[in-house]
Amino acid sequence: MVRAGSIARRLLALVPLLAALWPAGAHATVLPEDRADILWHRYSGGGVTIQGPSILVRKGFAERVSVEVNWYEDMVSSASVDVMTTASPYKETRKQWSVGADYVRGKTTYSLGYTNSDEPDYTADTAYASISQDLFGDLTTITLGYQRGWNVVGKRGDPTFAPRTDTRNYSLGLSQIITKNLIIGASYEAITDEGFLNNPYRSVRYVDPTSGTGFSFQAEVYPRTHTSNAAAIRARYHLPFRAAVYGEYRFFTDTWKVHAHTAQIGYTYPWKDDWLFDVNYRFYKQTQADFYSDLFPRADFANFLARDKELSTFHSNAIGMEASYLFLKKDWHFIKKGSVNLHWDIMKFDYDNFRNIPAGGPPGEEPLYSFTANVTQLYFSFWF
Amino acid sequence: MLLKNGSRTSWLRGLVAGLLLAAAAIAGGSASKPAPNFTLANRAGGQMSLAKLKGQVVMINFWASWCGPCRQEMPLLDQMYKKYKPLGFTLVGVNVEPDSTDAEGYLRKTPVTYPILLDKENKVSSLYEVSAMPSSVIVDRKGRVRYVHHGYKPGDENEFLNQIRTLVKE
Amino acid sequence: MRSLRALLLLALAAGSVACSHVEPWVKPYERDRLADPIMSWGRDPVSIAYLSHVRDAREGARGASGAAGGGCGCN
Repeated sequence: MVRAGSIARRLLALVPLLAALWPAGAHATVLPEDRADILWHRYSGGGVTIQGPSILVRKGFAERVSVEVNWYEDMVSSASVDVMTTASPYKETRKQWSVGADYVRGKTTYSLGYTNSDEPDYTADTAYASISQDLFGDLTTITLGYQRGWNVVGKRGDPTFAPRTDTRNYSLGLSQIITKNLIIGASYEAITDEGFLNNPYRSVRYVDPTSGTGFSFQAEVYPRTHTSNAAAIRARYHLPFRAAVYGEYRFFTDTWKVHAHTAQIGYTYPWKDDWLFDVNYRFYKQTQADFYSDLFPRADFANFLARDKELSTFHSNAIGMEASYLFLKKDWHFIKKGSVNLHWDIMKFDYDNFRNIPAGGPPGEEPLYSFTANVTQLYFSFWF
Repeated sequence: MLLKNGSRTSWLRGLVAGLLLAAAAIAGGSASKPAPNFTLANRAGGQMSLAKLKGQVVMINFWASWCGPCRQEMPLLDQMYKKYKPLGFTLVGVNVEPDSTDAEGYLRKTPVTYPILLDKENKVSSLYEVSAMPSSVIVDRKGRVRYVHHGYKPGDENEFLNQIRTLVKE
Repeated sequence: MRSLRALLLLALAAGSVACSHVEPWVKPYERDRLADPIMSWGRDPVSIAYLSHVRDAREGARGASGAAGGGCGCN
């Protein structure tokens, strides 16, 4: 397992070289487009409904700087299997705002950003910085990124409970144009967290003959550090007619012994001048963290105990569909283009070693849990 | 930094060597070479060749409808064309798209008055070694390439005007 | 490790000299298809960010999902 800190040193060592070796000149990268997006999102599945807005505005200044601001909310109504097992349904809202800026100098883009996320029992502050460099006749783009997070975990009903977690992300990305029709990308990201990494409300269960149900609960115990590595490759290919196919594969591994494979393929199809359709299929498979168990043989079985289904062995299949209509093609006041978009993703999660306790049955023999989630998004995009 | 004392020297050595090598790779200045002749189909009909424009100051602008900065500069180029045409200046827009449907659509919405030539096989683009979109090549009355511009940023049109004014006086 | 780092820096520096002379095999005027929004990595940034969040919240894996580059290569 490569230590994230030494990765950081190696990646950061490349930064001054990239920044200094290509002087600004007549050639320059183009800033991202000015735009505004107003989105309403809704997730419904497994007894949980989360919906809310996401609004983004991006504006460029003096052809050098582009600033974006985003407001996002999750209004949660939760009666999930975890909640139904050991707690009661709840409602809460998470609010998040972010601001970011991109500065272009020659073939280099410097980016900075900050996000604050706030909910009744968790606050997260994140800051990121990245450098992107176009090379080799603009056929290659290399990106180096660094992100730092400071989070405070809370617990309803206990104002003195406020442990922290710190997160560091290091990322390296490469985008390469291969032919007039084909572009490929590769990315690597190392993430390390330290602090109070579990959920203060979640419990694990263990076999307990003295209990009426045959099992009892105790609080989950996680390690205080977590380091992960993910590497992905992706490609987009323009077909002989106006359409594109794309694919992606990601491999993930971490210090908790979770291994995951993600694969996605998709097809983008514009129709007439105004319509755009996209269909895609995504497969995800992971194997459990080494301290995970649905049912431990006894209390205090190990130093670390988890029964979070996110750390179990499971797989998911998802289909995504998108329809987009360009309803505004001519200039209207300061708006140049406008589209209305609908996304629908259906995700099925099948757990191989997480059981559905509320469904009933002898301990350890309850049916394996599975659920389907419908994720919908409706949004308007405007370019100006 | 985060490095141990011993590794600092090899890090510095590598960086200095790198900087020296980069400094040695500074691009040379532009030379006054004769502008290669070409003949292309004119969007308005017929053909146009560069040789026929000798005696005038010619600005050859390579553009495409899919290129944002190209679309940005075209109205300004049109203004320049209208202003300096009586003084012996002409502007020629060379469209580099193999299929001119999108270019036609764009020009219907945002027309320009200067001639548009179609370089569907990219013969002229490779002849002029176009290395950025858009690119503008300014040729003097004797048919020599005097200025080459790669890319467009708002404010570049002032440079164009200065260079055209200089050449028109020759 | 130290000599490897110095070698990497030198290779990158040499590459910087070479890159100014590498002729791109896809010319700037041949990038019409790559400039098409359907070939963009991030056509709908708000939607991509949201789906990424939905997945990260329910899966154990995280990271390596971003991409930058491609496009028209103008200027």
